[in-house]
Amino acid sequence: MREPTIFELSSPGRTGVTFQEPDVPLTDIPQEFARANLPFPEISELGVVRHFTKLSQKNYAIDLGFYPLGSCTMKYNPKINEAIARYPGFAATHPLQPEDTVQGNLYLMYTLQNWLAEIGGFADTTLEPAAGAQGELVGTMIIARYHKDRGDLKRTRILIPDSAHGTNPASSAMLGFDPVQLPSDERGNVDLKALRELCDDRLAGLMFTNPNTLGLFDENTAEVIRIVHEAGGLVYGDGANMNALLGVFKPGNCGIDVMHFNLHKTFSTPHGGGGPGSGAVMVCEKLVDYLPDPHVVMTDPGDEETAPTYGFARPKKSIGRVKAFHGHFGMLVRAYTYIAMLGQDGLRDVAEKAVLNANYLQAKLKGSYTLPYDRSCMHEFVLEGYWKDVPDIRALDIAKRLMDYDFHPPTNYFPLIVHEALMIEPTETESIETLDQFADAMVKIAEEARTQPELLKNAPHNTPVKRADELKAAKDLVFCCYPAGDWDRNK
Amino acid sequence: MFTPHTKADVEAMLKTIGVGKVEDLFNVVPEKYRFPDLNLPEPLSEMEAAAELDSIASANATTRDFICFLGAGAYQHYIPAAVDNLLQRGEFYTSYTPYQPEISQGTLQAIFEFQSLISLLTGMDVSNASHYDGATAAAEAVILANHHFRGKRSKVLLSRAINPQYREVIRGYMQANAALHIVGDDPETGIEPDLKNLIAQIDLDTSLVMVQYPDFFGRIIDYKPLIEAAHAQGALVAVVVNPTALALLTPPGEIGADIVVGEGQPLGIPLSYGGPYLGFFAVKNPLLRKISGRLVGESVDTQGELAYVLTLTAREQHIRREKATSNICSNQGLMALAATIYMTLLGKTGFQQVANLCYQNAHYTANTVQEVPGFSLPFKATPFFHEFVVQADQDVPELLVHLQDHGILGGYDLSQDYPELEGCLLMAVTEMNSREDIDYLTDVLSEVEHA
Repeated sequence: MREPTIFELSSPGRTGVTFQEPDVPLTDIPQEFARANLPFPEISELGVVRHFTKLSQKNYAIDLGFYPLGSCTMKYNPKINEAIARYPGFAATHPLQPEDTVQGNLYLMYTLQNWLAEIGGFADTTLEPAAGAQGELVGTMIIARYHKDRGDLKRTRILIPDSAHGTNPASSAMLGFDPVQLPSDERGNVDLKALRELCDDRLAGLMFTNPNTLGLFDENTAEVIRIVHEAGGLVYGDGANMNALLGVFKPGNCGIDVMHFNLHKTFSTPHGGGGPGSGAVMVCEKLVDYLPDPHVVMTDPGDEETAPTYGFARPKKSIGRVKAFHGHFGMLVRAYTYIAMLGQDGLRDVAEKAVLNANYLQAKLKGSYTLPYDRSCMHEFVLEGYWKDVPDIRALDIAKRLMDYDFHPPTNYFPLIVHEALMIEPTETESIETLDQFADAMVKIAEEARTQPELLKNAPHNTPVKRADELKAAKDLVFCCYPAGDWDRNK
Repeated sequence: MFTPHTKADVEAMLKTIGVGKVEDLFNVVPEKYRFPDLNLPEPLSEMEAAAELDSIASANATTRDFICFLGAGAYQHYIPAAVDNLLQRGEFYTSYTPYQPEISQGTLQAIFEFQSLISLLTGMDVSNASHYDGATAAAEAVILANHHFRGKRSKVLLSRAINPQYREVIRGYMQANAALHIVGDDPETGIEPDLKNLIAQIDLDTSLVMVQYPDFFGRIIDYKPLIEAAHAQGALVAVVVNPTALALLTPPGEIGADIVVGEGQPLGIPLSYGGPYLGFFAVKNPLLRKISGRLVGESVDTQGELAYVLTLTAREQHIRREKATSNICSNQGLMALAATIYMTLLGKTGFQQVANLCYQNAHYTANTVQEVPGFSLPFKATPFFHEFVVQADQDVPELLVHLQDHGILGGYDLSQDYPELEGCLLMAVTEMNSREDIDYLTDVLSEVEHA
C-alpha cells in the first residue's frame, strides 16, 4: 500500500515537537526580511514515527538479507560501531574547538591515519575526503600538483582501464586532465601493449583498480606499475576493491603512489541508503607534503610522565582544503573501532573469507551462466546475464526476478566491457547457507528463463511496487510533493 | 565474530572450488608481496573496544561540558529523540543507494520528501538529493555556473562574507580552470553591508555571484540590489544559507536567487567534530538539467501505482563518465534522512520556535555583552540572526583561554581569516544557550575587564 507523503499526512494545528517560549526580553524580527509563510507539514510525533517506520519497511537492507552488489562491499555493519560513534565524547564535539579540548578526537584520527597507511603500505594518510569519489579528486589534485611542481607541464593524460568506475574519468576531467581509455586483454588484465604505446611524456598517471571490477587481480601488476613509472607517470590506486587485499597485499609496497580506501566498503561503515561515505587517501613518501589541509600530526611526543599531544598542521605543499572541517569524523570512529577489533589476523581473515565466498559462488554458478573471464577471482566476479537460446531475457530481468526470491540483485550493466553484466560480490560476512540459497535461486532463474520467461519479464512480483517506469520520471520531472490544497508557495 | 565460517564450511567450499587451501586462491598475487605483516595492535573484544573508545572519547571536553558560543558553520541544536531512533533502523542505514526502486521505495520517498522540504524552505523549484557538505555544495554551484556559460564567462565573484573554508574549497575544486578568475573576496572589496564594491565588479564576463545569508558574520543583508545587478548582466546568483534562519527569513528563491546551497547540519545532525554533515543544493527550473548529484523523481510502476525512482541519471558519472556534471557518486543519504525527519517532526510550528529561540537568545546575548565595558558590536547597524561579531579591546586568543578556563567556548577568533577584524570574535547562540548561561557569560566577561 502506498504511504502518503508528509504533506498529505499534515493537518494544520498539529506539531511533533514543541519548544519552550523564550525567557529573555524579546527583539522584533525586521519586517523587511520576515518570511510570510513556512508551508512545512504539521504532524504529531507518533504520526511522524509511523510514517518513517513504514517507509523503512519498503527498503531492502543488509540487516534483512543478502546484498551481493558487486563493487559495493555490502558487508555487515557492526552494531558496536553505531553505539560508539554516538558516545557524547565524540558526537558532542564542535569541529572548531581548541585542540587541547579534543585530544581524544585528534589521537583517534592520528592513529587511524597510521593504521590505514600501514594496511596499504604507504607513508601517510588524509582522512578528509567525504567519499571515494572525493578521494579520487584529492588523488588527482596531488598528481597534478606533483608534475606542476617539477615544471613538467606536458603531462595532461590520465590512463583509465575500460573496466574502471565512472568516477575515474569524471574526477580526472574535473582536474583538467584528458582521460584516455586503456583496453583490457583477453584475461581481463590491463593490455600491456596498449599501455606501453600510451606511455609517453604526456602521461600524468594511471588510475588502477586492482583487483579490477571484474574481480580479477591483474596478473602483471608489478609490470604495469613499472611501465608507468618509467614513463614518468604516477599510479593512482582506486581502493574500491581493497576488501580482497587486507593483509594479503600492500599496494604501496608494490609501487602504487597514491590510493583511496572506501571506509564505507572495506572498513564496515554503513552505506546509509547512498551515503555518507568516507574516502581516506594514502600517499607514498614523495607525496606526503601535498596532502590536504588540515592534517593531524603529533605536536609533542610526550615522555614517561606526560601523554603525547596532537594537533592540526598544514602540509608544506598542501593541495588545500576539499571540504569544510576535517572529514566524516563519525565514520572515522566506526572504522577505527572495526580495525581495533580485527587486528592483523582479523583483517586477513576478512580478505580470505571474502575471496573464498566469491570463488565458491563462482564455482556454483558457472555451469548455469556464462563466465567471460574464467579465472580464480578475488572478492567478486562477473557473469553474463544473457543466454543465446533465450535472447529476450536480459540481465535486468534476472536482477528483478531475484527480488522475488528475497535477494538484492547483483550490480548489473557494469563493468561496461561485459555483455549484460551481473557483478556479484558476496563479502566475507555471509554464511555458506546463504550462498547456497542464492546459488539455488540463480540456477532456478536460469531454468525459468527457458520454461516460464514471463516470470522474469514481469518480475518482481512481491515487492512494494512493481517494475518502475524510469523513462516517465525523466519526462515528467516531478521532484517535489507540492503541498496539496491551498498551500501558498509564494510563486 | 563477523565471519560465520566453520572449519567444515571452509573445507566444503574449497572442495567445490577445487583448491586445496584458502591461501591458494591468492597465488596470482606476486609472492614477494603476498601476505605481508600488518603492524597493528592486538585485536580487542567488543567489550574491550567499547572501553578503549570510551576512554578516547573521555579525553575530549565537549559542548556538553562547556557552555558553547562557537558556531562559524556548525551549530549545536536540540535533536529530538525520535530522529536518531528512526535513523538507527537497519532498513535505512544498512541499505545501499536506491538503484533498484522496487525494493528501495523507503529511501526514495524519504529523499523525495527531503527535496520537497528543501525546495519549500529555500523558495526554489528543485532540490537534489544532497551533497557532502555546505562547502562542496557551494563548489558545485560554481561548477554549474561555469558549465552554464560553457566556460565563456571567466569571472566568479565571491563575497568576502562567505565562510572562508567554503571559499577555499571552491578554489580547490576549480584549480584546474586557469582561465577562471575567482575574485571579489579581497580586503579592498571588503565586507561593507551595502555591497557597493562587490556590485561594481559585476560585468558581462561574470558567470556567478555568490553571497551568504545570513553571512559569515551572522548579518542579514538585503541582496535584492545585488541580484538585480547580477541579472542585468546575465549572471547567475547563488546564495549560501543557514536553513534554521529560513524559518523566519524571506527565502532567497523569493528574491530571485538562481541557486541556493547550504549546510544542513543544523537540521538534526550532531556536531560530531565536523562530519558527516549534509550539503543541500537547490535551483530554479531553467538550471534543472545542469544540477549535479542524485535526483529522485516521481513515476509509476507497471500497475500504474506511484513509484519513486532516481532520475536524469544521464548527467551522472556512471553513465557520462568524463562528460558528467560532477564526479560525485554518493549523496549524504542518511544525513538527508535525519534532516527530513527533523524538519517533519518540528514541522511548521516547532521549526519556527527553534529559529525564534535562536534569534531572541542571540539578541539578548549581544545586548548584554555590549554593555560590558571593553566590548562592543562593530556591525550593530545591520540586523543579524543568531551569530554576531563582538569587538574586544584586548587580545582575542587570551580572552578565549580565559573563557575556556571558566567553562565557556567563547566563539571564533575572526582575525585568523580577516586581518581587518583584529580583536573580533564571532559568537553563535542557539536554543541550547539558556538565559542563565548567557548571564554567566557576561559575568565572566566583566571579570576579564577588571582583571
